[in-house]
Amino acid sequence: MDAGEALLLLLLIPGAAMLLTILVPSRHANVVRWIALIATTATLIDSIWIFAVYDFAQGGYQFDLQYPWIENIGFLGENGISLHLAVDGIAAPMVLLNGLVGFAGVLVSWKITHRVKDFFILFMALFTGVYGVYIGQDLFFWFFAYELAVLPMYLLIVIWGSTNKEYGAMKLTMVLVGGSVLIFVGIFAVFAEAGAGTFDMAVLRDIEFGRGFANTFFPFFMIGCGILAGLFPFHTWSPDGHVAAPTAVSMLHAGVLMKLGAFGIIRLGMEILPAGTDFWMPVLLVLGGVAAVYGAISAIHQTDLKFVIGYSSVSHMGFVLMGLGTMNNIGVNGAVLQMFSHGVMTALFFAMVGGLYDQAHTRDIRVFGGLVRKMPLFVIFFGIAGLTSLGLPGLSGFVAEFHIFVGAIDTFPLFAALGILSAALTAIYVLRLMGRAALGPFNPRWDNLKELTRWEIAAAIVLIAPIIAMGVWPDPFIDRIAPTVAELPGVDQIGGLFTLSSLTGR
Amino acid sequence: MDLEYQLIIPEFVMAGLAVVIIAAALAFRNVDQKWFGYATAAGLAIIAIVTAVAYWDTNDDFGAVLAVDHFTVLFRVFFLGIAFFTVIAAVQFAGDRLKNHAEFYGLIVFATLGMMLLAASRELLTAYLSLELLSFSFYILVGFNKLNPFSNEGSLKYMLLGAFSSALMLYGISLIYGVTGTTTYSAIGPDVVEGTRNIAEQLASFAGGSGGVDPDGARPGLLIGLVLITAGLGFKVSAVPFHQWTPDAYQGAPLPITAFLSAGGKAAAFAFFLRLFSEAFLPAAAEWVWFVAILAAVTMIVGNLMALQQTNFKRLMAYSSISQVGYLLVGIVALDAANITQSQDAASALVLHLIGYVTTNIAVFAAIIAFYNRTGRDDIVDLRGLAERQPFLAFAIAAALFSLAGMPLFAGFATKFIIFQAAFNNGFLWLGAIGVTASFVSLYYYLMVIKQMYLYEPEGSDRERFHVSRPLAGALVVLVAGVLFIGLYPTPLFDVIHSSTEGLFEQAAALSASVVGN
Repeated sequence: MDAGEALLLLLLIPGAAMLLTILVPSRHANVVRWIALIATTATLIDSIWIFAVYDFAQGGYQFDLQYPWIENIGFLGENGISLHLAVDGIAAPMVLLNGLVGFAGVLVSWKITHRVKDFFILFMALFTGVYGVYIGQDLFFWFFAYELAVLPMYLLIVIWGSTNKEYGAMKLTMVLVGGSVLIFVGIFAVFAEAGAGTFDMAVLRDIEFGRGFANTFFPFFMIGCGILAGLFPFHTWSPDGHVAAPTAVSMLHAGVLMKLGAFGIIRLGMEILPAGTDFWMPVLLVLGGVAAVYGAISAIHQTDLKFVIGYSSVSHMGFVLMGLGTMNNIGVNGAVLQMFSHGVMTALFFAMVGGLYDQAHTRDIRVFGGLVRKMPLFVIFFGIAGLTSLGLPGLSGFVAEFHIFVGAIDTFPLFAALGILSAALTAIYVLRLMGRAALGPFNPRWDNLKELTRWEIAAAIVLIAPIIAMGVWPDPFIDRIAPTVAELPGVDQIGGLFTLSSLTGR
Repeated sequence: MDLEYQLIIPEFVMAGLAVVIIAAALAFRNVDQKWFGYATAAGLAIIAIVTAVAYWDTNDDFGAVLAVDHFTVLFRVFFLGIAFFTVIAAVQFAGDRLKNHAEFYGLIVFATLGMMLLAASRELLTAYLSLELLSFSFYILVGFNKLNPFSNEGSLKYMLLGAFSSALMLYGISLIYGVTGTTTYSAIGPDVVEGTRNIAEQLASFAGGSGGVDPDGARPGLLIGLVLITAGLGFKVSAVPFHQWTPDAYQGAPLPITAFLSAGGKAAAFAFFLRLFSEAFLPAAAEWVWFVAILAAVTMIVGNLMALQQTNFKRLMAYSSISQVGYLLVGIVALDAANITQSQDAASALVLHLIGYVTTNIAVFAAIIAFYNRTGRDDIVDLRGLAERQPFLAFAIAAALFSLAGMPLFAGFATKFIIFQAAFNNGFLWLGAIGVTASFVSLYYYLMVIKQMYLYEPEGSDRERFHVSRPLAGALVVLVAGVLFIGLYPTPLFDVIHSSTEGLFEQAAALSASVVGN
């Protein structure tokens, strides 16, 4: 498959939308919104196409596209720094995820009225950056995109955020940029050690780094990227940031941005420095397990809806890190599935919470009750997200978590037990939340609440579709992820994966 | 000796321009003063274009004192560009708040002339004189607002410390002359190695010793000379711990001069630094690299930490520019005597970062000048709500500050990436790591400014939207576009720079080739 231009479009469309938006006078808010909607629709279609056309029988990197940027000058050899794009079976679902969440994000941002133009410019910058990380194959542009995805967060939170936004925004930005300092140093160490005069990952992957070097610099990537994935104990920025952020930004942030961290651990850590995985991956597994339990326990105590979901994100990202830490094919597959599943699920969560908050102006669980009478669709959608979160079979969360636990049992039975415990804790806070806020006795204070807007309903449907699709028919995802995971250096093959076709024996 | 005067016509024309502008003010007393500014800008632009076209392929020496090569021409155009944008940004400011405009512009032209000569100098005393021409122009310019006590204070501090640093540098030059017996770069280079031996022989024979000559005998002289010159230069570029004059001078100076000082003054000193250390002192790199490395590290750390607590925008920019000096010094540290390719990379990376930094800094100051023209205030909190009152200015400042913090899309990201790469490649992993961390700290204080502009509503009596004068807005658009262009596609610029730095290392390359030949 050699249609790399499709990948380039993923960057060009939002980039062009950003430029176009800059040129539109700020009083034409609707023009700005429609530009954003058209752009994200186009990228969604493009993403679906890439996901569908990715040839899983062939596996590996596809849609390869490379333009030299600086080469053969001074320290740089051939393809020194190049715009190199490609997707593998792990990136393909992530691209799809970003397309879905970005599209839904624009839908729920429709009702933003304060400085609409600036909002969508920054939104598009963030969106482009995320795509750049998923499809980038050159360390320079990878890092460029990584920073680009983090940077707009500050302004997005500070201008459009709520609850303690100055603190949340500054904390989030500084912690994440602090993490990228580690990545930056790691990238240069790899570049200098390789001595190949190129930042091209395709070349660097083929170079064997010594064990000592890999052991030294693996944590730069593991912690640097891990911070973005909510790695315990560097996760505290995440709930604060989520709570402060406006709805669409929380969606993108928890939905795709945190995945960049886990994705970075795969791309930079496992692929480029495989020699470091022996030593460090068990650490990652332990920290992931701790985060899973800790996040779940913290979530139980929260009274702010967004804090509940923020800590639940920490917990679920803990599963992802645990899955990666298992270093066997089932666990790593589960981690990637969980990245996708958690992405759409948490985006749905935040979209719903945003829809409620904009009317109720509070997110305190204790004051809600019987919302189902006023907002039945809200309760249904929120319920689906909640059930996905606690791992109900038939929804995507189950497929992902099941793989992770099976993988973890093989490596670290104790931590598999911890993980399962935290899944049970998830059930506590989700059901408690549903019971009190959605069902329960009706609080007359909320007599004038209205149902979700049609934009929000559309967003919810866009996000629920993949949750159910993956829950009942995970094959398209696993078919793409499994061969790529199998090729990751150092990943053990411990058994087959749980797909419909394997169950039905076909 | 046959001197080819046509090589330095641009310098003559510059001197002429300065004199003409000042004389014209005497002749045309009734003309609106802003025309002197525009005339100066036009003159600078014409000289820049003609210089670029006419001299690009020149590679020649003016005696042993000046070289007109790619490096010189690149910097000539660069300095003329800096002066051009400074003058454009200064016109309205000067009209509102200064007197004696023609002298103001004339001094800017003289300072630019000093910069141009400095970049071309290949002889220590010529370089020193050029530096003094530059510095004296700046002493006057910083104190130009003579009714303002801050301006006077800044100027006085700057002048006293400047004179002190000049003395240090002169003493260093005399020591280098004593050790090597020459002041021309081309002769110092080989003599740094050979000359020390000759001196050592003389010392040995003088002391009556006849046996083994200790080639290290003259090493202390060389070392002290290097340290003194570096310290003198450290004052000029405001590296820590020689930076104390900077915040006061920056705060006291009229805003356009702060811009010019932070952009042009630094660029010129670094052009000198680079040429001196790559042409003359490269063979002795092992002697100086460690203290320049420490200087760079301390400058990055202290500059950024001090910037954290500033409340005045000009002082913030002063400390921010100090920390930028640290990053630039990293480029000097990455020069490597044994590896000419690596050295040239480092030099190119330094020049690239310098151009990116200067473009960004002038953009910040141009925007702040526009803001100051309206409000007359320059504290950070005064920027409150700027995004509501003048979105374009707020965007320009935010973009430029993000660039200074090294964020993607903007110049700072690409240029810092390349300059730190040079350090990493030369084995200075720790220095690069400090640089990246310092740059991370800097994001905090830049965000504090951005927060003021975007988070809060306008305060005080003046909350109206306002307009920026056309020429200034135009200049600002060009500068911000430049910042974005360097950030997204620095390749053409890097190519040009790389071809210009080649000349700096011809001698070192020949020297190492001859060593290999032996």
